[in-house]
Amino acid sequence: MAKKKMKIRAYADGDKAVVKAIIFHPMETGLRKDKASGKTIPPHYITEVKCEHNGKSVLTCLWGPGVSKNPFVSFRFNGAKVGDKLKVSWVDNTGTSDSKEAKIG
Amino acid sequence: MNTQRRTFLTASMAAGTVAVAAGAGILTPGSVLAAWPAKAFQAKKIDVAMKEIIGSTNATDSKDIVVEAPDIAENGAVVSVTVKSKIPNTETITLFVPVNAFPLSASYAIAANTDGFVTTRLKMAKTSDVVAYVKAGGKMYKAKKSVKVTLGGCGG
Repeated sequence: MAKKKMKIRAYADGDKAVVKAIIFHPMETGLRKDKASGKTIPPHYITEVKCEHNGKSVLTCLWGPGVSKNPFVSFRFNGAKVGDKLKVSWVDNTGTSDSKEAKIG
Repeated sequence: MNTQRRTFLTASMAAGTVAVAAGAGILTPGSVLAAWPAKAFQAKKIDVAMKEIIGSTNATDSKDIVVEAPDIAENGAVVSVTVKSKIPNTETITLFVPVNAFPLSASYAIAANTDGFVTTRLKMAKTSDVVAYVKAGGKMYKAKKSVKVTLGGCGG
């Protein structure tokens, strides 16, 4: 897999925060075949994404192989202020995980 | 949704509990992430997947749920889907694409101060409905949107 990367945008809109996150991940279903070798590409997809606002969970995503490559998620929550911390962490079916923190701007 | 997770979310609502729980090591990522319902996501039939993830196959049609997706998707690999639930106390939003090999696509656990609003991108094998199930106040509601997938891009 190429570089593990994630992009998070979080901004305050009134007393709500709007969060947009994109995770760069192949999201292989395990059903596709490699055209050159004819072998099945093993499944490799994100299973769980946790979004925390100042350490408090705001959204938990459970994902299956049916989520697109380089998955994108957007959501809104109340009670956020500019400068608050938003942490997004994920884990995939191979046990790989990553997390990134962003400030609400 | 399994009960442990609900208990966990409820517990994390109460201010202060979080710090205690984290101190006691309850909130280590391992224990939280282990809750991923493999059976539901690997089920090839929608009924099985539904029973595993939401506990029932019954849901009421609701006009308070809006599923926004393109009428025609030129590329089934990336279909942007937005679900808006106006039902108060929305707890979970679960998305199904019945024609996919694995019909259960994604499930979102919505915390109390989070809006019933989620945008995500799904894969769709072919023309189908995208079905959203919303759990609110212990009841299940559903809404769907049909999406025409034209891999060839000829609009047919």
